Amino acid sequence: MVPPLLEVTGLSCRRGGRLVFDRLSFGLGAGELLALTGRNGSGKTTLLRALAGLTPPEAGTIIWQGVDVGEDPETWRGRLAWLGHLEGLKGDLTVAENLGVAERLRGGEAGDRLDGALVAFDLAGLAAREVRTLSAGQRRRTALARVVLSQAPLWLLDEPLNALDAPAQAAFRTALQTHLAAGGLAIAATHAELGIEGAQRLDLRGGGVRDEP
Amino acid sequence: MSGFTTLLMRDLRLVLRRPGDVGVVLAFFVVATVLFPLGIGPETNVLARIAAGVLWCAALFAALLSLERLFAADYEDGTLDLLLLAPWPLELAALAKCLAHWIVTGLPLSLLAPVLGIAFGLDGTSLLALGATLLVGTPTLSLIGGLAAALTLGARKSGALLALLALPLCVPTLIFGAGAIETLAAGDGIVTHVAILAALALVALATTPWAIAAALRQAGE
Repeated sequence: MVPPLLEVTGLSCRRGGRLVFDRLSFGLGAGELLALTGRNGSGKTTLLRALAGLTPPEAGTIIWQGVDVGEDPETWRGRLAWLGHLEGLKGDLTVAENLGVAERLRGGEAGDRLDGALVAFDLAGLAAREVRTLSAGQRRRTALARVVLSQAPLWLLDEPLNALDAPAQAAFRTALQTHLAAGGLAIAATHAELGIEGAQRLDLRGGGVRDEP
Repeated sequence: MSGFTTLLMRDLRLVLRRPGDVGVVLAFFVVATVLFPLGIGPETNVLARIAAGVLWCAALFAALLSLERLFAADYEDGTLDLLLLAPWPLELAALAKCLAHWIVTGLPLSLLAPVLGIAFGLDGTSLLALGATLLVGTPTLSLIGGLAAALTLGARKSGALLALLALPLCVPTLIFGAGAIETLAAGDGIVTHVAILAALALVALATTPWAIAAALRQAGE
């Protein structure tokens, strides 16, 4: 049996004195998607932030390809693409500038891949528009294009379908399927169906022990 | 292009897209400084004696005006998360942002101050010395102010808190900056004062990026 690329063991997190989740364990292999579900406040975002290293867990380990990510956090961060509640875009920069800056901050160069990411989310016509002039859905698409552009093996997505219309949701699913088919991994907190066959589901009930495959 | 340069250029580009933000800071500096000659009257001796202190204090307050937004904008639009997740040291990101702040505030304030010094009756040598001390001293204000901005990120009344934190830490820079002009008026050189200002800047450079990064990580949790 092939060991999972990502192994989370005994992960516990506390916020504001409240135990958000306790001794959470799961594994994820190449090409797999994990959908995090649960009610508001159940800890989906906290789990994503803990996996990214933004929120320190109270206990537990996160192993990537057999190595504890805490041993080399910079390399770990380089393997992640992040989409949070907030888009992480600068309103006074154009769509193309935002994507280019984000990629260079990751140590890469968008180059020719920028056009592909823009086309994937129907943003080619908006590339020169300042982000503050865009609608919420267009900003979300720009943030998703940033995720695609990153070529990171692990996508951490918080409510990726927020504010997206049907064509944009379809574009997201296509991008996600392409990423998974190429051996990438994704963990997405969601209230909506992601519409990806074979996705694993982890239901976070919040405030207690959850340990579900 | 490295992450450091990218972040520096991004922040400078953002300032260029909204030049009014820097304009307000410089306008405040001019107005606050010019009020003194108007209030005190044309007593050249009095004005020349207080000139350095007034200009240094006004520069400090002007620099503080823009510091509140140094990290708050990134915090509010989610780009702080991207900086926290960038695969290079957050300390360098903190330094890049403080450098951008100095370029758009400390540098123009240093160039503008000698012009305003004319209104206080400062002679040519004193005007040059004023500009030189501000050039060497204002990076410290950006670094210490950056630390205060990071520590107060997400706090209510963060602007007032920022000032309360930053102002006491800027006192040594203020004393040696303003003191240099007084020393010059007394007939002595300003090399010692400039050297101390440079030393303070180096101490701030060697310590604040780490403290800012720690404060940003805390805020990002």
